[in-house]
Amino acid sequence: MPALTDLLFYGFAGLALLFGFLCVANPLSRNPVTSAMFLVLTICSLAGLFVLLNAFFLAAVQVLVYAGAVMVLFLFVIMLLDLKEEERRKLNKVALGAGTVAVAVIAGILIRAVTSAKPAADKLVEGTTKPLGRILFTEYLLPFEILSLLLLVAMVGVILLSKKELK
Amino acid sequence: MDSIKYLDPTTQFVLFSILKVMLVFAVAMTGVAYSVLVERKVSAWIQDRPGPNRVAPFFVEFIPVIGPWLTRLGIFQPMADGLKSFLKEDFTPSYVRKVYFWLAPAIACVPSLMTLAVIPFGSTLGNAANKMVIADLNVGILYSFGIVSLGVYGIVLAGYAANSKYPFLGGIRSSAQMISYEIAMGMSVVAVFLLVGDLNLSSVVDYQRGGLHQWLIWKQPLAFVIFMIAAFAETNRLPFDLPESETELVGGYHTEYSSMKFALFFMGEYAAMIAASGMMVTLFLGGWSSPFGSEPAGTILGGLVHIGWFLAKVAALMVVFIWTRWMLPRFRYDQLMDLGWRRFIPLALANILVTALIVAFTHK
Repeated sequence: MPALTDLLFYGFAGLALLFGFLCVANPLSRNPVTSAMFLVLTICSLAGLFVLLNAFFLAAVQVLVYAGAVMVLFLFVIMLLDLKEEERRKLNKVALGAGTVAVAVIAGILIRAVTSAKPAADKLVEGTTKPLGRILFTEYLLPFEILSLLLLVAMVGVILLSKKELK
Repeated sequence: MDSIKYLDPTTQFVLFSILKVMLVFAVAMTGVAYSVLVERKVSAWIQDRPGPNRVAPFFVEFIPVIGPWLTRLGIFQPMADGLKSFLKEDFTPSYVRKVYFWLAPAIACVPSLMTLAVIPFGSTLGNAANKMVIADLNVGILYSFGIVSLGVYGIVLAGYAANSKYPFLGGIRSSAQMISYEIAMGMSVVAVFLLVGDLNLSSVVDYQRGGLHQWLIWKQPLAFVIFMIAAFAETNRLPFDLPESETELVGGYHTEYSSMKFALFFMGEYAAMIAASGMMVTLFLGGWSSPFGSEPAGTILGGLVHIGWFLAKVAALMVVFIWTRWMLPRFRYDQLMDLGWRRFIPLALANILVTALIVAFTHK
């Protein structure tokens, strides 16, 4: 009999794949809001996978940031746009081809990364806040600070672009 | 009781957890029903009228003195209200988006109940292993913020599902409002956890249980004020009830809803208030500890007293929520956004900076 964590893994992974499929190619509805809601469910299933990896902090932040903030803004924008055209749109063959190529390339990178990775069993870190914060502010301090700078630049850029006239 | 001791620890844990979930759910739902009554009574007293004072089952009038007194207090009103929402016609307008119209009330109600899972509502009951919290998570506060941030979907989807203009405007308003105030709320809490040094809510209570002078409200008054006001905005309570704002939007996001579906939005709002009060009690007002200082209880009676303290504090904050609603007029939408983004977020950031400096210089 497989262990409970294995069952949960297959459950969450299956749900993530199913919801992800329904997000991009829902046969029942071409409504963008429905797609966005399935993306939220995909994100929540991924959070479940993070919990199974003992990465509680990542799981909580995944739900908090992606499902709770980013996707709400997505919904906000989708609802404000007039999307009647999107619902009528037919499948575009060129876009389908381009999409397939892009997915194939990403899948190739993923397979290479997975096969070349070594199991990190000797350095298991429980993903709670304290060890995570310690590692972020010691070993990975420089990348962390560069990332925050990048976010700051993005924020300033957005404000600059969205302001019509600068005083 | 003895047969429980022979079960293995996992089974015991599962059994106790199920028991705690059911108890918390029952208490929260009763709390929701009776806070509606308190809301109606308090509003009545503030406006100098009696409020609900008639409803009673037929046999109550035969009980001398106590019977009429209970009736005058409206103790039986919530039962009549609940029955009414089940028995009324459940009308679905022809133009709504059916799937979302059915889903939205449930999505609005569930997150506020899920938040209750991480709030420690008592110390221990019986032996030290029976902690009075459903899920003692290490990332407790992050979990509750994550769930709270999902609460906005119920309202947004309700506005979208109704497929008409006023509910839609209500839904759009709520998504912007809740995201803005979530940031201020999250920022204000950071300062608290800088002092405590742990994200686990049980440790926050442990930090404060020395007595009234240890409560974090004295060390972080600014964080408490910001958190409380943001909680009003997150639960869509006056003065921030812009999403339903009946003078401008008819009924806002729940305009098209009737009977039990409408009641679910209502229950969701009150459950969210209870969860927010519980969170404030845990973070700033000492949680289950008494004002005179408490140790985790060794006896069943002591454990019950601690749960009593917690419930009393939550009830007091609920009254503040209700009282405020009948005292203040509604904000304008631009005022709401201005207050959130240009006052509270900078204030909360400054609070984090000052607290961090103090902690860095005194903590050795």
